[in-house]
Amino acid sequence: MSAFKDTMIITQRQLRLLTRVPEVLIFSTIQPVMFVLLFRYVFGGSIDTGQPGGYVQLLMPGIFVQTVAFTLAGTASGLAEDLKKGLIDRFRSLPISQSALVVGRTLGDSLLNIVVLAVMGIAGYVVGWRPTSGALSVAIGFIFLLSFGYALSWVGIYVGLSASDARVVQNVSFIITFPLTFLSNAFAPTTGMPRALQYFAEWNPVSTMVAACRELFGLENEFGATAGSFPSEYPLITSFIYMIIIMVIFIPISVRKYKRAAD
Amino acid sequence: MKSVIAEDLVKTYRNGAVRALDHLSLDVEEGTVLSVLGPNGAGKTTCVRILATLLRPDSGHAMVGGIDVIKHPEKVREVIGLSGQYAAVDEILTGWDNLVMFGQLYHLGKKEAIARADELLERFSLTESAKRPIKTYSGGMRRRLDLAASLIVKPKVLFLDEPTTGLDPRGRQEMWSVIEELVKGGVTLLLTTQYLEEADQLADEIAVIDHGKVIARGTSDALKKQVGGERLEIVVEAHNIAKAMEVVATISGNKATLDEGLRMISAPVSTGATALIETLRSLDLAGIHPLDVGLKRPSLDDVFLSLTGHAAEETNEEEVTTGRRKKAKK
Repeated sequence: MSAFKDTMIITQRQLRLLTRVPEVLIFSTIQPVMFVLLFRYVFGGSIDTGQPGGYVQLLMPGIFVQTVAFTLAGTASGLAEDLKKGLIDRFRSLPISQSALVVGRTLGDSLLNIVVLAVMGIAGYVVGWRPTSGALSVAIGFIFLLSFGYALSWVGIYVGLSASDARVVQNVSFIITFPLTFLSNAFAPTTGMPRALQYFAEWNPVSTMVAACRELFGLENEFGATAGSFPSEYPLITSFIYMIIIMVIFIPISVRKYKRAAD
Repeated sequence: MKSVIAEDLVKTYRNGAVRALDHLSLDVEEGTVLSVLGPNGAGKTTCVRILATLLRPDSGHAMVGGIDVIKHPEKVREVIGLSGQYAAVDEILTGWDNLVMFGQLYHLGKKEAIARADELLERFSLTESAKRPIKTYSGGMRRRLDLAASLIVKPKVLFLDEPTTGLDPRGRQEMWSVIEELVKGGVTLLLTTQYLEEADQLADEIAVIDHGKVIARGTSDALKKQVGGERLEIVVEAHNIAKAMEVVATISGNKATLDEGLRMISAPVSTGATALIETLRSLDLAGIHPLDVGLKRPSLDDVFLSLTGHAAEETNEEEVTTGRRKKAKK
């Protein structure tokens, strides 16, 4: 019970940081909204999707997934900063549950994602995004997105505790997330890619997430269904399995790493 | 009763390539202040981190407040306070936010945490800046807040790792008076420092460490005695040097040494002020008027130099004691 309370206090800290530095929240939302607008108007005109509603219908799930994938970087750099400032030492010297700090941070970052996704959803609606599947499916879609972000923030914890410097953390997170989001079906069909990349793109968790969200938002997943492979046939199940795998691996190793931080 | 006991602690980094602690042993009597004095890289921070449960030693034992640090770290955390070289508080949050948050993490109720935060802010003269973010604080204010955060639940044993490193003289003075105040309150304190005068000022006992071992320990006075008693120093005009050296040697009973540049003659004496008076009388009889004269007690600098063969402020190797973290700028 006290472990739960400790965790909530850390999560509260995360949220208080947002109220003290509103810029963080503002820029965390401006960036994805900017992506929505850029992709919608730069590529939207020249990509023919053959579906009613146009490119923006396919684009929005892609950008949602990209945004939650970047949670990894946010979690990692926040934690690296705490480590550098010696805050982690203080937390570790307190008589609190040793996992409270990392669990609290992952939860706090997920709450930030709720706000960011809501703002993006509104921006998407303004530029013509209209999910057609019904409220329940859309809600499940967003829960899926939040869960994916949550799983990746555990990778972020590991990265943040492993790197020696906040700038390195930035770069490492970027190197992990950027290829994953672009070697996927998020913005363009994978069918135009070289064969080897197509395989990668189809099995890429970002692609399966995007495909799952497209399904949940009432679209047929056109981008990337090349070979009738398992992940493109069953994106929901595949994504779910990916999230479980990521958490099963990264929660224990990140908590272990935290307990031995700077050992 | 001993509040802190460290026995034979060994800690190596990089697979044994760097030996931060080399069979280090020390103890602190309840209610007293031990200062661990040593240059950068001597192992001070590693020692504190082990005692504060942040680091596991490769071998050795440690007890804090009667609890085994390695077997029951979670119980040790309930009785200690730690304040490090870095002000380990959240810079974005206000001083008040920080103290309330840490209070809650110490499982005080919200009301209690607030009351305690207000009390500590008052005590450390931070009430006026309570609602400002820490990043607007001066170095001294940050350290005081950090110290306040380590005192939330009135720890039995307090570890202060270089509490004044990087502070300006005023900040250091403020910090010293805060620490002296605490010590009067009866806390057991283990304090590390690379400043000799700090150890002299605050500690009941000093443990000098170098290359991961305690190389000497005792009270400040005892350590000074270990180096030798007082020294008589006189400065005379150049043409009087030879004669004055004779006088000083006679009274001291030891060989007098000369610093030619300063024209300063010095020699160890055992009778203190009496030797000084005798010297002045003899010099007067010989018609020599010294330009300067004095008795000098050995400083802790002298202690360090004679114990280690190098000066205390010397940075002899890369700071490895904080593990991966980079050393703060000097």
